[in-house]
Amino acid sequence: MNNIKERLINGLIKENPTFVLMLGMCPTLAVTTSAMNGLGMGLTTMVVLALSNAFISLLRNIIPDKVRIPAFIVIIASFVTMVELLLEGFIPALYDALGIYIPLIVVNCIILGRAESYASKNPVIPSLFDGIGMGLGFSFALTCIGAVRELIGAGKLFGMNIMPESYIPCSIFILAPGAFFVLAVLTAIQNKIKIIGERKGKDMSKIQSGCGNDCLNCSDTGCTKRFYDEKAQKIKGEEEKEHA
Amino acid sequence: MLKDLFIILISSSLVSNVVLSQFLGLCPFLGVSRKTSTAGGMGAAVIFVITLASAVAGVIYKYVLIPFNITYLQTIVFILVIAALVQFVEMFLKKFMPALYEALGVYLPLITTNCAVLGVALTNVQKNYGILAGVVNGFATAVGFTISIIILAGIREKMEYNDIPESFKGMPIVLITAGLMAIAFCGFSGLL
Repeated sequence: MNNIKERLINGLIKENPTFVLMLGMCPTLAVTTSAMNGLGMGLTTMVVLALSNAFISLLRNIIPDKVRIPAFIVIIASFVTMVELLLEGFIPALYDALGIYIPLIVVNCIILGRAESYASKNPVIPSLFDGIGMGLGFSFALTCIGAVRELIGAGKLFGMNIMPESYIPCSIFILAPGAFFVLAVLTAIQNKIKIIGERKGKDMSKIQSGCGNDCLNCSDTGCTKRFYDEKAQKIKGEEEKEHA
Repeated sequence: MLKDLFIILISSSLVSNVVLSQFLGLCPFLGVSRKTSTAGGMGAAVIFVITLASAVAGVIYKYVLIPFNITYLQTIVFILVIAALVQFVEMFLKKFMPALYEALGVYLPLITTNCAVLGVALTNVQKNYGILAGVVNGFATAVGFTISIIILAGIREKMEYNDIPESFKGMPIVLITAGLMAIAFCGFSGLL
């Protein structure tokens, strides 16, 4: 029970995929034109993340190590297809609003990242709740970004008029450039927190500014580099221990 | 016919630019744009892979998925085809065109997880493009990517010596630059 709670809080706050780890930026920017779209995308991703985490964890002893990435991708793609068909059948409005970004959940690095760094090493129940926690964190972040953009760009929140009549919406915020500006301010706040934390001598290495630092030095898996690095370091550490 | 292809070319490369208005392929856009030379290399690799991938995906969609009536499997099939294709291209270049491999080699693996490649394959299906129109769309999208990544790299090179507020150093200022570029690209929307 404790473990489940810890996983949920970890995903929501400690390792929030958007605010702390800066993963999955493409959907974050593309669909957050309103709070409702952000929430819809977040929840869709959460369902895929929880199911694929649970399934990968179930198969973790069967999948050979060498082909694990393609195997994970096939599992994730299957769940994405299922979710896509369900959305098309039952919530067509959301399906239309999210469009091509639903199938693109497959290449969202949060999902492959969690599969690689958590689900492939842990039992089913914690993996399921790790997925739900991360998904909730992602939904929360997307809803916040969507709310800010909708409020400034259209003067509304979840479709309701919030701002006074005299407010003239700054519509650039619901267009493409606004997404970049909101994210820029977000990463600036993140940097500031990191700088303050480091001055106080805390370990802030978890906070990342996306994979944007230098993709060329990423290993062959794009955004998921840091998960692999963690793994590589762990293996190295174990080897050194044995050596000693 | 030719006119339609030309319209696809302009609209995919400039008007609805893949990075600046569709937000696909943001990772390499932000990550490999330190220097214009590497940005150019990345752009060339993306043009190569996306054009090839949209051709292969188009053929598979038309001659495999439609006849067997399994179009709902498109996401799974496309992602596997793209991953396999990139691996294959890498091996092929290594063996037969070492010079080109030297130039593009490092960038190729980065592209497998690039959502722009899958995005183009899916858009082609969604918009009912034929194989030729799909290839043109893929090529144009990739050209749009190359244009924007090279411009961003040029700006970043100049920006290196600027005095930027501490918390805006690194990613935030790059994102603001990208936002300003996106505003500029909004200007193309009246073109068609």
